[in-house]
This record gives sequence, structure tokens and C-alpha cells, in this order.
Amino acid sequence: MGYEGIGASVRRREDLRFLSGRGTYTDDINRPHQAYAVIVRSPHAHARIRGIDISAARSAPGVIAVFTGADMAAEKIGGLPCGWQVKNKDGTPMAEPPHPVLAIGKVRHVGDPVAVVIAETKAQARDAAERIAIEWEVLPAAATMEAALQPGAPSVHDDVPGNVCYDWHLGDKAAVDAAFAKACKVARLELVNNRLIPNAMEPRCAVGEYDAATGDYTLWTTSQNPHVIRLLMGAFVLNIPEHKLRVVAPDVGGGFGSKIYHYAEEAIVTWAAGKLKRPVKWTADRTESFTSDAHGRDHVTEAELALDDQGRFLALRVRTLANMGAYLSTFAPCVPTYLYATLLAGVYTTPAIYAEVKAVFTNTVPVDAYRGAGRPEATFLLERLVDIAALEMGIDRVEIRRRNFIPKDAFPYQTPVALQYDSGDYHRTLDEALKAANWDTFEQRRAEAARRGKLRGIGISTYIEACGIAPSAVVGSLGARAGLYEVANIRVNPTGSITVFTGTHSHGQGHETTFAQLIADRFGVPMSQVEIVHGDTAKVPFGMGTYGSRSLAVGGSAIVRASDKIIAKAKRIAAHLLEASVEDIDFKDGMFRVAGTDRVKSFAEVSLAAYVPHNYPIEELEPGLEETAFYDPKNFTFPAGCHICEVEIDPETGEVEVVNFTAVDDVGRVINPMIVEGQVQGGVAQGIGQALLETCVYDEAGQLLSGSMMDYTMPRADDVPCIQVGTAVTMCTHNPLGVKGCGEVGAIGAPPAVIGAVVDALRDYGVRHIDMPATSQRIWRILDAGRQRLAAE
Amino acid sequence: MPKVSLTVNGKPVSVEVENRTLLVEMLREQLRLTGTHVGCDTSQCGACVVHVNGASVKSCTILAVQCEGAEVLTIEGLAAPDGTLHPMQEAFREYHALQCGFCTPGMVMSAIDLVQRNPQGLSDREIREGLEGNLCRCTGYHNIVRAIAAAQVVMHGKAKELPRAAE
Repeated sequence: MGYEGIGASVRRREDLRFLSGRGTYTDDINRPHQAYAVIVRSPHAHARIRGIDISAARSAPGVIAVFTGADMAAEKIGGLPCGWQVKNKDGTPMAEPPHPVLAIGKVRHVGDPVAVVIAETKAQARDAAERIAIEWEVLPAAATMEAALQPGAPSVHDDVPGNVCYDWHLGDKAAVDAAFAKACKVARLELVNNRLIPNAMEPRCAVGEYDAATGDYTLWTTSQNPHVIRLLMGAFVLNIPEHKLRVVAPDVGGGFGSKIYHYAEEAIVTWAAGKLKRPVKWTADRTESFTSDAHGRDHVTEAELALDDQGRFLALRVRTLANMGAYLSTFAPCVPTYLYATLLAGVYTTPAIYAEVKAVFTNTVPVDAYRGAGRPEATFLLERLVDIAALEMGIDRVEIRRRNFIPKDAFPYQTPVALQYDSGDYHRTLDEALKAANWDTFEQRRAEAARRGKLRGIGISTYIEACGIAPSAVVGSLGARAGLYEVANIRVNPTGSITVFTGTHSHGQGHETTFAQLIADRFGVPMSQVEIVHGDTAKVPFGMGTYGSRSLAVGGSAIVRASDKIIAKAKRIAAHLLEASVEDIDFKDGMFRVAGTDRVKSFAEVSLAAYVPHNYPIEELEPGLEETAFYDPKNFTFPAGCHICEVEIDPETGEVEVVNFTAVDDVGRVINPMIVEGQVQGGVAQGIGQALLETCVYDEAGQLLSGSMMDYTMPRADDVPCIQVGTAVTMCTHNPLGVKGCGEVGAIGAPPAVIGAVVDALRDYGVRHIDMPATSQRIWRILDAGRQRLAAE
Repeated sequence: MPKVSLTVNGKPVSVEVENRTLLVEMLREQLRLTGTHVGCDTSQCGACVVHVNGASVKSCTILAVQCEGAEVLTIEGLAAPDGTLHPMQEAFREYHALQCGFCTPGMVMSAIDLVQRNPQGLSDREIREGLEGNLCRCTGYHNIVRAIAAAQVVMHGKAKELPRAAE
């Protein structure tokens, strides 16, 4: 056994079960006497339900029950709640229309659930679902934000005129206007941040069970935060008290945000299991994932950057339309506001910023947080605008960034958009990335590529993000309906092994390894003596789950706090056993020692004494060795870094190849470098996907055209390069581990670096910006237009 | 209902299936071999890849009844009876080639077939092209490529032990 503590690339403990086919994902769970649910979904983007005839389905072979929205309404089942309330400019609350579990009266997007068929087998349920006859009155759809904002546009919700969810702003408008008035140069950009479909490889699944003898419900579900699902579904939807509702999120096959939210199917199977007194299982097929998992991004933005004659940023003005889809998903309102506009300072000293965000309902799948959530949108806008300013002012792209960086001695740094950055060294991540990417010798590679007939370009982004979500008082003042504490319960077993119950959830991040490393480090015990338990409300006291790169920064900090409590108590027990004063006890490498002596007790001896003592200070100290800590972060954490991308474009076809990608990130203290590199590489691949391949397309009628993996281009192995990852760390100053977070940096930093590289490769073709995805078709059109222009000259 | 008889992971089995039952459904629902996953409905993702008579097959794209008399190998049957991992499994662990683990069984089964079909050895580029039929959303493929490059050295008998990843 080598070193297992902080900083070691320990191989993952969870891998053995995944590599041998013995993981337990939700769809692998089968309960005795289980029935199967198939959801009947709307084929229309917008339609009134004139009638539903379930008789043929009800009498089909194997069918146990068919339920519609009317059945749920009759039992006063609530709608799906939204967890965040954003206020309009005038202080009034956002429009928050109801989100029924099964549609009532009207459907609002393709995929909106209308009925559920429950049968003995999945095939029977599917067959019967075909026999449900729905009489539709198809209505005109507002399929895009542009369409939804037209005068006289169809109303997605009858009580939300104009389809505006909220009209929000942040920043000092007057200061920004004044700065623009005296600016030497204004760089302008209109851009689209393309709508994405998360596509975690595991489709969503939910299994509900009801125990008629006890009245207990259990839901197994593909969730990133089972306690949040229990809280929302129990309290707001099904009215089941929490002590009678257990939610388990077992092994989960990727989330990227899409498995944060409370979804209709979770409520449907739990409710149906209670009615039928049988377990009910629903598993999405991929087509359902496309039309029912929350989508991501989807902004249309106009931005202007004011600069002085030296290229220093004076002010930034941003107007964004953000698509909410047809209903408000759990976190949706906060994504284009508090996770977006607050990041518009980036790593720069821009003194004045004003952002206006209008959130719009459309007849599309709800949009919510997807890997990075708001921060990729802010970063893409800002970094593209900086590139354009550099281009138009004739300043080098690297130099203009350096001139505007927040210097490393300026921390803590208060931005004009509410955040206070605690630490960072942006010159250092930039320098190390430039070096690793051989930036200085790029022109040689461009020339060499030109000899091969290829157009080569290089792009750079220097990004920041806010994660470790989130300080509860801050998010409360920003409209969050719950604080975002995290919880750890540490149970030292009598023989000295340690079980950690964490409220965060691992769905690929490797917490079972990283958190065990923390404990091994803290207690001086081998990792084999440590068990990490997560994902079960019956085992873990509470937790807000995993998203926003919060698990280590918030959940890990809770583990540290609980560890401190354990050690403090164990020292008192050791002091008693060693007949010494507690102040004289040192704890190191798993041994309690009377300072300066050879009198020691092992951690296991003290643990045993805590549980089955004969000799114990029972008057002063309760036996047992188990502690719980709730940790509320004092601030967000601010990972930052520099990503550099090189592409080659085939001028004949417009095909782009990403040939080099270099990321140097400041993610705070690194616990397991192997896992951090993997997280960054995965995020970068998703960023490359957004930049070059992925986009969600609806037609004018609101039909999803990119509705399968044959139509929506996921990055494959030969679409992405070898991704070179480095770290250049400054410590987070306010959490006990100094960690910042690494799960989202790739998806945030990569897209502007990729697009910057594409634009650079096409610099001779008169292009200053390309919207994502920069597909070969889009690029070929630019090339072709450029060639025609040249020919005409 | 028709009955199909085949060998799965070295054991003879006989299963009653519907005509429409897919191999992956029979494996997961009837034999309870849940290591093989379903990630899509258009044969795009490759999470369901198993070996049928030694070749990789997307088990969502073949009917169970087509497998009469076949030898099927799934991720559960890959390790030696004493638990020793196949070099490809070992390489995936050593090189951190999996995160959520959902695509992993199909990725491993595809990778083994890819290496076996190419005894001359594969470049990183060829490995990437050979993985066209398997989607991973977590890793960015970087470490999967490294793992396969390392595993092929052992599988082709060019080294006894897996090359270790640099720290």
C-alpha cells in the first residue's frame, strides 16, 4: 500500500464493481411483483386536450392501470415545485405557472407527459400505450424565444401574457452609461449560446414501492440529490411525510445537472405504487430523454464592451434572452441570473457592469442547469468579446487579457456584480498554459499546416467560475427557497473502522475514493478501513446533493468538521485511558500520544473504549464515537484558469480537427490528481461538443428535430484530441481544505478557446465570430463566401 | 413462446423469449445479467456491446432468437474465475478510463474485440476510430485511449504486466 492521503493519485475503489458489471444502477433494481410504467407523451408542442379515451388501453393484455392528469388532480396531487424565485426589475416576483405532473387541459411541449400505463411487462405497457386515444386541438406554438416574444404570440401559459417569466437586471446602469459615454472604443457582439441536451449515458429511471403493512414508500431514482427529491416530492407533490418516504439514488450513470431536478416520473411511480400496492418501474428510452430531461444553455445575447485607448475595459453592458422552456424546472430561474450575470466580470477589473436578463417561456422542454450552468454562457460571451476587442484594436489577444487581469495582490477582490473573489493568480495560469501549449511557436505550426493545405488556428480563454454552491444566506437573499448546507455524519465503528455518510452524491466523480483519502489523511488509517456511504435518505441524515462543483468544497468541508469533532472527543477518551490531561494528547498517524512520552493508544483502542468501555469517564463524557457536522460555506469558490485550443480546418470541406488542447486550471488544493485530470478532460470534451458538434434544433411547430443520437451529435472518440491538463494552484481561503472544485471548468473554459481557434484559422476570410456549433457546414459557407468575395475582387 | 438455447459466460442456458425479445432484454431482464446496459434506442451508444461467438455485437440490435446455439460473453464473464481481471479491465482501472461506469461494460467489450482484431497493434488514432460505435459522456475518451493502448501490449503478449500510468 502506497501513500493514500491528500495529493495521491489513488486508483478508484468504485471501479471494480463497474468494471465487472456489478454496479447497481436504478434500472438494475427489480422488486418482487414489480409492474412497469410507460408514459404517454404529447406529440404536439402546444395543444389542448379535448378528451382522452383510455378504454382500449385499460382492457389490453396485462394492463393493471391507466392514469391521467385528472386522476392525480382528483387526489389533490400538487404540481412540480420550482426551488428558486427571481424578482423582476420592479421587485415583483417572476411568473410561476403551475407544472402539473401529468398534463391537465393542455400540453406545452413535445414530450409533456399526459398519461401513464402500468402493466405486467414493459412490452405490454408499451403496446397498451399505443391504444390510448387522445383528441387534440393543436394550437400554434411559440417554439423559439423570438416567436414567443412577438406581439400576439401564442401564450404558453394563459396567465403569463407575453411569455415573459421575469425581466431582471444586475449592476449599476448609470455608471455603465457614463463609462460608455467616455469610451475610446466599443466592441460589440451578438451571439447565441446554443441549446444543449445533456445526454448522460444512463437514461433516467425510477422505481416506486409501497409497503402496505407499514405505510412506507421507497423511491429508487437516478438522482444527483436524493434528499432534495424527498423534500420536494414528499412535501409539495405527494404529501408524504419524510419519515415515511425513503429516496435512494444508487449508482447513477452521469448527471451533468440533468439529474438534479425533481421530475414527473418520480412522482408518478411513487404515487402509483401506493395506489396499486405494487412496485412500479419506469425507465426512459433515449427518445424520452431527449424530450423530457431538462435541456441546457439557450441564450441570445447582445453585449458591448467599452475600452480606453490602451485596451483597458471600462464597462460591460449585456442584454440576454434566456429560454426557460415550457415550465420552470427546479433550478431554472437562477441559472441565467445568479449563476450568469454575477460572472460577467470574469478575471478582469472591469469597473462597471450592467446586465439585463429576460427569461422567456416557449413550447419546448424545460431548460435548467447543465454542466457549468450560467458560467459557460458568461465566459463564452466575455471571452469572445475580449477577442473581438483585441482584434479591432490591433492588440494581441494575450496582451489585452494581461492588461485587464485582476492582479494577484488584489484579493479579496470585490466585483461590480456582487461576487467577492477570495484568491487566484491569473497571470500564472496564463503563463503556464502558454508555455505548455507552445504558444510562442504557433506561427511555425500555422505555416507548416498551410504547406499541407490546412488552415490552422489557435484560441485562448482565461475564465473564472463560481462554484462550491453555496453560502446559504447569500443564496437566500438571491431567491433560493432553501439554504445549501452540506452534511457529513462520521461513525467510528468499535474496532476503529470508519463509515462516512455524506449528503453529496457521486455519479462518476469518484467520491468513494477522494473522500476516503480525506479520512485516511485525517485519521491515519488505511483507506481499506473507510467506507463512504451516499445516496440513501435512510442512511444519510441530510444533504443537498452534488452539482455546481460543490461536493468537495462543501461536502468535503463538512467531513473535515465532523472529523474534527471525532478527534476532539477521542482525545478526551485517550486522555482518560492514558491518565493524562487532554491538552497533552497529540493525535498523529492514527496514534494518541502523551506529548513527549512513549505512552500511546491506537485509534482502534480508543474507538473500542468509546463503545464497550469498562474504564470510562462516564460522568463527564457520553460513550460512542459518532459525529455529525453541517457545513455552510462562507463564500463561493472561484476556480479559474487558461484553456488553449489549436484546430486545423480543411478548406475544401470545412471540417475541423481539434489538434491540441491545453488546460491549466486553478482548482484549489488537489486531493486526487488523477481524478481531477479526468474531470477536466471530460468537461473539455463536453465544451468541444458544444463548440463544434452539439445543438438542439426545434422546427417552427416545436417539433424536436435533434431528437435522437442519430440527429444530435455527441462527441465521439475521434472528435476530441489528447487533452493536456495541468494545475497551478492557489488555495481557497475560506474552506478548511483550500479546495475550489474541478467538475465544470472544462465545459466553461473550452468553448471560447475552440471558437477562438476556429475564428483565428479563418482570419483571412473576413470573419470575426462564429456561433456554436461551428459545424463543417457553417465553416464551409464562410470559406465559400470568402472565396467568392476574393474571386469578385 | 420460442425457447432459445445458448451459452452465456460459459454456462449453457435455455430461455423462453418472445419473438421480439432483444438479446439485451433477455440478458438483463431474464438472466439478470445487469452489467450490460442500455443507453439509447438507435444503436448509437454501444453501452450494450457483448461478444457473440467472439465478435462484438450491440445486443440491442439482435434478437434473442438469433442467438440459438451461440456463445455469448458479457462483462460479468470477463474476469477469471478467481477474480483476476482481464487486462482490459485492469487497464481501465489503472488509467482512470471510467467515471460513472455506465458506458464502461460496452466500452470494455468493444475494446477487447478491437484489440483482438488487430494483432499488429493500434495507434492512438486507430483506437479512436475503432471506438466510433461507443459513446462516453464522462471521460473525454483521453484515458480510454490510453487504457486500450496499454492493454493491447499485454493482450498481444508483448509484456507480462500492464504498463503503469505515470503518477
